[in-house]
Parts: sequence; structure tokens; C-alpha cells
Amino acid sequence: MDSATSRASAPLGASADNGLKIVVVGGFGVGKTTLVRSVSEIRPLNTEETMTQAGASVDDLTGVGAKTATTVAFDFGRITLDARNVLYLFGAPGQQRFWFLWDRLFSGTLGAVVLVDTRRIDDSWYAIDRLEKHGTPFVVACNDFGGPEFAPEQIREALDLDPHVPLVRCDARSRESSKLVLITLVEHVAALYAGAGAGTRPAAPARASRQELV
Amino acid sequence: MSGPGRPGRDDSPDRLYTLTGGRSRSGENSPFDLVTLVVAECDPAPGMQSEHAAILRMTERPTAVVEIAAELRLPVSITKILLTDLLDAGRVSARHPRREAVPDLDILEQVLVGLRNL
Repeated sequence: MDSATSRASAPLGASADNGLKIVVVGGFGVGKTTLVRSVSEIRPLNTEETMTQAGASVDDLTGVGAKTATTVAFDFGRITLDARNVLYLFGAPGQQRFWFLWDRLFSGTLGAVVLVDTRRIDDSWYAIDRLEKHGTPFVVACNDFGGPEFAPEQIREALDLDPHVPLVRCDARSRESSKLVLITLVEHVAALYAGAGAGTRPAAPARASRQELV
Repeated sequence: MSGPGRPGRDDSPDRLYTLTGGRSRSGENSPFDLVTLVVAECDPAPGMQSEHAAILRMTERPTAVVEIAAELRLPVSITKILLTDLLDAGRVSARHPRREAVPDLDILEQVLVGLRNL
């Protein structure tokens, strides 16, 4: 672990007072940590949460006993946005047991990025289903592994994706590309709430920087 | 994913039990969010529990709960219990995330500006 050195090298400003969350969800090896690393100002750190309480049994389909702890590990990185706002990016595994802890860890999240490997598209169904059930705004980003190109319509169909959910391609190794995924998400969230809100605000912000939207 | 020696998974549960004086549930209703920023209000004092002293050292500048947990190599819920002790004793202050039912469009705009400036 290199947490001590990497954290100490980049302390937050004294005026920082508002932590924000974005969660990157995806299957094993899909590039969550890579994406977090490419935009984070600290080296991604790893921590974990454990649930041993009765709550674990509420929608427990796996037969985990009441005394068995559910432990999930997750990565995170950090982006200082301005003097007050700090964005934390969490890389979270999409598997089933993880969702027991979603509310405790990620309630209040701005939104989520579902990171997809088009060679293993099935891995993403569960995450998308859960995010829809939770009412968490999300975008889908296909990490480019150099495999065969799929038409956007094919991907949308394979994921059974609601037409309003943005679908973008990205290269998680690229800071610029990962940054644009996050911008796409926040624009999507802003458009959703501007549309649902009082209507006194302009709808979506200008999309000049919008990444190749597929 | 976890390195060797990470408590909570590899260690005996006894250590975690001892750290928190046997409490395990208060994490459930903790006022601390994963991204609550914690700031030390005093220096570590002799005789203080070592984890408490470590937290005070690392929160000279605002530091998120999740960063503290990662640095202590403790599960988030255990870290929250330790933080609640310090908060109750007035040794740290907590800057909780602004939480509205619907995200504030001004905040979203600030996030966009911050991201575009990266």
C-alpha cells in the first residue's frame, strides 16, 4: 500500500467543505481502476466495508448466513474541483453482493458510470438493472479494448438500454477521454434535474465538449 | 485487491472489537458519510488511543472519511465509530456533504466547470 505517501503529497485546501461522489461500476477487469487513476489527483486508494448486520439478509439470495460478514473492497480517487468542492470517484465491483452496501456507501451520489467491455457485455446487465431500481442517474461508457466494433444500436439493444441514457465510447487509460465520460454524466444529471425542476433554468449546458456520442 | 495485513478481513476480529470497545453497530446510524470531510480541532495528546491520534495527525487539513479508512487500513464502519468518538469529544469537526433531495444545479454547474478545467 502506498496510501500514506500518495495522500500526504496532495492535502486538500483548508476551505474544502463539500465532498461529492461519482461511482464507476463494472465487472472485473473492465478498467474501473484505470479510469479512476487517469483522472485522479491521488494514486487510487483501496478500502473496504463490511456488513455483518441483519440488513444483509433482507434481499440475500445467496444463502449467506446471518453471522457471515459481507465484505466489499473498492478503489477511489479524488479530484479537487475548486476551493470548496471535492469530487471522489469510486470504482465499485458490479457483482451482486456489492449492492447490499450500495445505500450505505453511495447514497447521495451524483450519478454512476457503467463501464462496459463489449466483449463481455452480459457483465453489465445486473448493474444497469440495479441503478435503474435505485433511481441513480447513469451513463454507459464502453471501454475500448481494441476488439471488434459494435454499432451503438447493437450495444443499446444488447444492454436493453433506455434511449435517454447516454452511451459513449472511451479509453479509460486516457485522462481526456475519462474526463469526458464524467462530463457526459454530469451534463446528463443536470439535464435530468433541470427538466424535472422548476423549469426556470436553461436545460442541458452547452455540449461543445461532448465526446463522440454513440 | 487488499494488501497483506489489511485488518477486517485477514486479522482476527478481536482487534477490531478492541479498537471500538466492542461496538459494531453505531456505523449504521453514523452521521458520517463516506465523503464527509473531517478536520482536526486539536493535536494528538499522550495517552490517546493510537488510532485517534493517527486520525488527528492526518486531518490537519480536511480529509474524507474514506481516505482516513484507507490510511488506517480499517473498514469504513470501524473508522466511523472512531470518528464519532472524536466528534463527540470535540476533537474533530465534520463538514458533511450538502444533501438535497435533488442535486443543486449550481453545484452541478460548479462540478462541470471543475471537470472541464482539469
